[in-house]
Amino acid sequence: MSPADRFARLPDLLAADTDLLRRGHWLNVECRIDIGTEPFHLRLTEGAISAFDRGPKLMRSTVFTVRGTEEAWQRYWQKMPAPGWHDLFALTKRGAASLEGDLRPLLQNLQYFKDLLALPRRLPEEF
Amino acid sequence: MAPVFDPMIGRYVRLDIDGTPHRLYFEEAGQGIPLVCLHTAGADNRQFRHLLADPEITRRFRVIAFDMPWHGKSTPPDGWEKTEYRLTTASYTAAIRAFCQALELDRPVVMGCSIGGRIVLNLAIAHAAEFRALVALEAADFQQPWYDTAWLHRPDVHGGEVCAALISGLIAPQSPPVSRHETLWMYMQGGPGIFKGDLYFYRVDGDLREKVKSIDTTVCPLYLLTGEYDFSCTAEDTLRTAAQIPGAEVQVMKELGHFPMSENPTKFREYILPVLTKIASISSS
Repeated sequence: MSPADRFARLPDLLAADTDLLRRGHWLNVECRIDIGTEPFHLRLTEGAISAFDRGPKLMRSTVFTVRGTEEAWQRYWQKMPAPGWHDLFALTKRGAASLEGDLRPLLQNLQYFKDLLALPRRLPEEF
Repeated sequence: MAPVFDPMIGRYVRLDIDGTPHRLYFEEAGQGIPLVCLHTAGADNRQFRHLLADPEITRRFRVIAFDMPWHGKSTPPDGWEKTEYRLTTASYTAAIRAFCQALELDRPVVMGCSIGGRIVLNLAIAHAAEFRALVALEAADFQQPWYDTAWLHRPDVHGGEVCAALISGLIAPQSPPVSRHETLWMYMQGGPGIFKGDLYFYRVDGDLREKVKSIDTTVCPLYLLTGEYDFSCTAEDTLRTAAQIPGAEVQVMKELGHFPMSENPTKFREYILPVLTKIASISSS
């Protein structure tokens, strides 16, 4: 299963995490996450996913975008990721991911977003 | 039932640093060779609480961990409200030497982590004869920055929470969740702008490239230990630094990150005990 297919499970994974939903309570934002070449558009409302669109959407605006290569996400989501592939900023430092746009809502809710983007780690490795 | 105490005792010492009066908080336990511990940027001495409570260490070492000026329970200097805090190589070195002199320590061992590790390298460069041994954790002569420190101190982002969230990735994934979150808690409690001010030393003022080549380990032994999951000071950064210093002993610590003593005390113990044993044996010979 591709990294994008794993990320497509994000709404279920977040819905099952009441602690993360609690921590994101003050967050309302639209953002874009690119898994390799495949974009995902997320609308987060009070920390929950209220819209989740996979694939390119013409003229869709977004506040910020997190992009990562397929390899970056694949290695990031391993149950025990290797050194240098285990954190969002480890990925950006090595050039395998990037953060673009207005980063303020990302930084205001940084641990929430780091934990959100790590949720696919909970899926079985063979998924 | 009798109260259950941790073995360390905490108190304040009055001293002048570069002519400015300070009131620094420190904790200590044990007896023997003085071992002064330097915490990471934006944190405080609590990072070393497991060393302070380890009888295997405290039976041979007087372990002393202080809160740097502006950190933890150390009182910021009078007039702090009119100053932007910025740590420099000179001010950090002065604080450590003033603390050691105030406590009348006889050629202490100094062990520092992260910025504490970097300044240990400067102690080795400029003041080696004052110390019995130096231990640099997560240290290198220079590291590539990996985020913009402007985000650390501004009114629309919670300073403590963003600092903790940023550094959370420097903790190894194998570290126990309780220790991980205790480490993060300390970061959430730093004073406004203090982590950022510490990083001025780390990023701007404390570049020790070229200078580390002058370290003479026959005057003072130097040990460098870095966790494999530290992507701020990478294992490669430390190995590159050690390769320039004849006689420096270097180790890459498996399953540890940037905060070895607090993120996984049990794992760190496996690495630091042999180093301290070696220092104790050199010291007694």
